Amino acid sequence: MSRLPASTPADRHDPYDADRPLMLRCSCGQDHAPQDHAAALATQAEAMANNHIEASLMKALFPVDSVRRRFLKAVGANTARAAIASVLPLGALQAMAQDKAPLEKKDLKIGFIPITCATPLIMAHPLGFYKQQGLNVDVVKTAGWALIRDKMLNKEYDATHFLSPMPLAISMGVGSNQVPMNVATIQNTNGQAITLANKHKDKRDPKMWKGFKFAVPFEFSMHNFLLRYYVAEAGLNPDTDIQIRVVPPPEMVANLRAGNIDGYLGPDPFNQRAVYEEIGFLHILTKELWDGHPCCAFGTSSEFIQKNPNTFAALYRAVLTASAMARKPENRELIAKVIAPAQYLNQPETVLTQVLTGKFADGLGNIKTVPNRADFDPIPWQSMAVWMLTQMKRWGYVKGDVNYKQIAEKVFLLTDARKHMKGLDQKVPDGAYPKFTIMGKVFDPAKPEEYVKSFAINKMG
Amino acid sequence: MGKSLNLKAALVSLLLLLVMVGAWYAATVQGAAGGTTGLTAEQIEYQKMLGKDPGAAKTGGFPTPMQMGDTVWKHLSNPVYDNGPNDKGILIQLGHSLGRVGLGFLLACLVAVPLGFVIGMSPLLSRALDPFIQILKPISPLAWMPLALYTIKDSSVSGIFVIFICSVWPMLINTAFGVASVRRDWLNVARTLEVSPLRKAFRVILPAAAPTILTGMRISMGIAWLVIVAAEMLVGGTGIGYFVWNEWNNLSLTNVIFAIGVIGVVGMLLDLMFGQLQKMVTYVE
Repeated sequence: MSRLPASTPADRHDPYDADRPLMLRCSCGQDHAPQDHAAALATQAEAMANNHIEASLMKALFPVDSVRRRFLKAVGANTARAAIASVLPLGALQAMAQDKAPLEKKDLKIGFIPITCATPLIMAHPLGFYKQQGLNVDVVKTAGWALIRDKMLNKEYDATHFLSPMPLAISMGVGSNQVPMNVATIQNTNGQAITLANKHKDKRDPKMWKGFKFAVPFEFSMHNFLLRYYVAEAGLNPDTDIQIRVVPPPEMVANLRAGNIDGYLGPDPFNQRAVYEEIGFLHILTKELWDGHPCCAFGTSSEFIQKNPNTFAALYRAVLTASAMARKPENRELIAKVIAPAQYLNQPETVLTQVLTGKFADGLGNIKTVPNRADFDPIPWQSMAVWMLTQMKRWGYVKGDVNYKQIAEKVFLLTDARKHMKGLDQKVPDGAYPKFTIMGKVFDPAKPEEYVKSFAINKMG
Repeated sequence: MGKSLNLKAALVSLLLLLVMVGAWYAATVQGAAGGTTGLTAEQIEYQKMLGKDPGAAKTGGFPTPMQMGDTVWKHLSNPVYDNGPNDKGILIQLGHSLGRVGLGFLLACLVAVPLGFVIGMSPLLSRALDPFIQILKPISPLAWMPLALYTIKDSSVSGIFVIFICSVWPMLINTAFGVASVRRDWLNVARTLEVSPLRKAFRVILPAAAPTILTGMRISMGIAWLVIVAAEMLVGGTGIGYFVWNEWNNLSLTNVIFAIGVIGVVGMLLDLMFGQLQKMVTYVE
């Protein structure tokens, strides 16, 4: 750690230099062109920030500079450094202040399910966003959500593509051991649909669906909650009037073809794929149920975040960069091309293009244009978490009192997402608990318990 | 006589193959796709969105023998490419699968053969362990998987464990049976010559029971190869089972059929290998 006195900007406030006055001036005080400033800052930023923290400390310990200098002359710089480091957690302070500090772990495994929901975290791989952050990431295709959960709990994956209710369920110990998990960003909004088999073309009213067999990807999924919500609004009880099965998304099309199920509320590209295979049609896009609803998330365990704060921050930046790119309509065709190959989604490109651009065949002979059929708004609103919790309570997945706000704030890292978005110069919206409208009914996150009780069809017993 | 019979059998096999491919061809070949005349621009675009672009072949649907041939050639001409963790050449996938099967099978041998010896030599243990073996034997590999994942906490080790647990039973039962049914006369001869127990086990019982033990191993290997495909479809990552799953995901029947062919051929080779081993230890009384 010892540094030679030199004129590099990093040394300008060396707190252990007995021969100079300690100045806490901003680095911009230097005389150089703006572009050099950026370069100089990039190379020196880390050392400088560390120095700056130590400098602030010394300043606090020795408010009078002459005293500090006399002290250093008397005991020597290294002794002073060691003495101070032994009392104060300098390393931790520096790590907290400096996100670009050395990465704790560079080789990472990130799991994903081959669906368009995972677009940002998949495309970050071929487009080099992980590499840009100094990370060597393997994105690993996984066979189903239960396996994603198990591999996260086993620590085989460092971070993963989640269904956004999954981290809530795992953190509460519902359907698994209780392990604290976090949602760093929402991966995608909208982008799901209810697909029905072609033989049901004349049964467009959900009231006629009694006895239907539906598939959803997982119990703790927006798909399950939205499908239940939708049929319940039509007066059907999802637990007794229809059958809901858990089927991994890639197997939904095959099951629909085999007549095993009548339809599914599933993720794309498998809705569009059913149209492409001419075995099903798009009954309704979930966007029409709740415009801007969250679906999947990007997250990891709280333990990973605590152990690898810098790596986590780098991951955050990579995924947020990808999300920002994916949000722009002009990039969508390119993205479809990038994620179609066998090692990612393994789908015909035209299917992905239709999903991502929102100009698609609906399976009934029409071409529809819905530009925001799929979107990738990354902000993990805590009110989204509260809504998911209300549905978990409504359908009996959690019993008893639920501390909605506390769980939502623990699991959904809204503050971190804001901080990193700001760091990337992305637009950050205000507020913390926006209200949502789901099928015409307003959800007020301030009154979750009243909301749950307002539904006639439920399984709270 | 034997030669001409072999020749005839080969001819009949070839004929059967030709008939099957012919039927396949007849069943899958379609008339030329309907022209685009008489369709509006929007209808043409709709057709394209369903992948029925005249210029591009649609990947779904049942393939014709020619498409099949193309796919086989494509895979076999480039068997060892590696495009990251989710897309590898067929030989690499096979290597992963065979590695898992080999390891699980070896572990099963290490447990089943000694344990089978003990059970075969002791009627008491044989009776005592019988209910456990009978209950554990018929359990499907996939039923073990969630338990293995939960307790072992590692998906690749879980895969190997499932191979182990499924291939251990036939070997165990056959070894026990083989050991128990060694001819009394030979054991009595060994006793009159005052052969030490260890020597008796290796020089008398093992050679006598070897054909039965190898039959058990052959059955076990067959089961292990059946199980690996299912296990890899569930756990994913690498291997021929993952390949099938990934292509199912893409509804690419051509690749699935190719994988089925590969699984069949490799399974046959494994079986032939054990058949040869069996011949080596068979004796005539």
